[in-house]
Amino acid sequence: MATLQAKTVQALQDNRIDLLNEWTHSLEATGATRNLKGDDVKQQTGDFLNLLVDALHNGGSQNINHENWAQTRLFLEKLSHSRALVGQDSQQTASFIFALKGPVFDLLQREYANDGAQLAEQLWEVSELLDGLGMHTIRTFQKSREAVIKRQQEELLELSTPVVKLWDGVLALPMIGTLDSQRTQVVMESLLQRIVDTGSEIAIIDITGVPTVDTLVAQHLLKTVTAIRLMGADCIISGVRPQIAQTIVHLGLDLQGVVTKANLADALALALKRLGVNISKAV
Amino acid sequence: MERIPILQMGEFLLVTIQVDMHDQLALTLQDDLSERISRTSARGVLIDISALDMVDSFIGRMIGTISGLSRIMDAQTVLVGMQPAVAITLVELGMNLPGVATALNVERGMKLLRDRVEHS
Repeated sequence: MATLQAKTVQALQDNRIDLLNEWTHSLEATGATRNLKGDDVKQQTGDFLNLLVDALHNGGSQNINHENWAQTRLFLEKLSHSRALVGQDSQQTASFIFALKGPVFDLLQREYANDGAQLAEQLWEVSELLDGLGMHTIRTFQKSREAVIKRQQEELLELSTPVVKLWDGVLALPMIGTLDSQRTQVVMESLLQRIVDTGSEIAIIDITGVPTVDTLVAQHLLKTVTAIRLMGADCIISGVRPQIAQTIVHLGLDLQGVVTKANLADALALALKRLGVNISKAV
Repeated sequence: MERIPILQMGEFLLVTIQVDMHDQLALTLQDDLSERISRTSARGVLIDISALDMVDSFIGRMIGTISGLSRIMDAQTVLVGMQPAVAITLVELGMNLPGVATALNVERGMKLLRDRVEHS
């Protein structure tokens, strides 16, 4: 297997400044530097080129998993991670490496102008190397993005289940967003736990923020209501919008045994009445 | 042999389950309780399961059965102190325990029991 010639590495090192300029130009031309500060790009391209040349000098190994490339890999991982956080897409991130190909190819063409066979071989080697680095960048970019998505999902799950104390003995749970099995589980657990902790007799589930109710959602609601009843508390479902009421009737869902109210105020009034609390205007 | 104690308080019977239920224990409790109801002509039964943190379908069914047999013997049954995990398990098992009255704690359970006995 052919390796990069010392001449190629030397050429890369000697023409570093030119390469940097051309690389930055081509990055700007492809739009890969959008949303990024010019200084940052300059810094990153310079650092990467130094690392590349160093790594080539040290081992010259083509295998980017080799430990000589550890620094370079780390740099690319950090880079793609920061790109993911800024919100750049995978193409823009990958262009960072791939845009270097053009200037390097031009350089090699000049260096090996008299030796066609060598030129082809060296071009192939450089191309393989840069492709490998580019793939590594994309892979870590993807991982960073997935980590971000996962964290957001978890945050959403926690955010979406606040149990609110409305009155002494009355809890409310405003549900927002689509109900799926996992969310219902979290919601049910946190609500039941709060019922035990506070000794509340009445729980109001407000579904104003639930966009649609289908058979599955209705089943989840019924499960929650039953669990609350088994614990010894009562449950009122409020926020049944006209469309949702129509859907429920059209689907033929049986919500018998479940107290439903049109809005949260009505539900609270009913809860207070059951608790024996009277509210009147102070004249 | 292990037994679950059944305490008498006036016209009510008090059952507190404080150990992990196994099937034989549940059957013994069922026998003991029905026998005690008939002997004392109790009007109400209060079952406290606040210490129970694990149930299976058999225990769930047993709770339903006890409630049903007490009702036939003219004693109201109230189940108190069910833990969230237990409630979720029963619901997932499809055991809704229809007709079983429930309360959050013993105090509210006694109040509910008195109301029900008065109205029955």
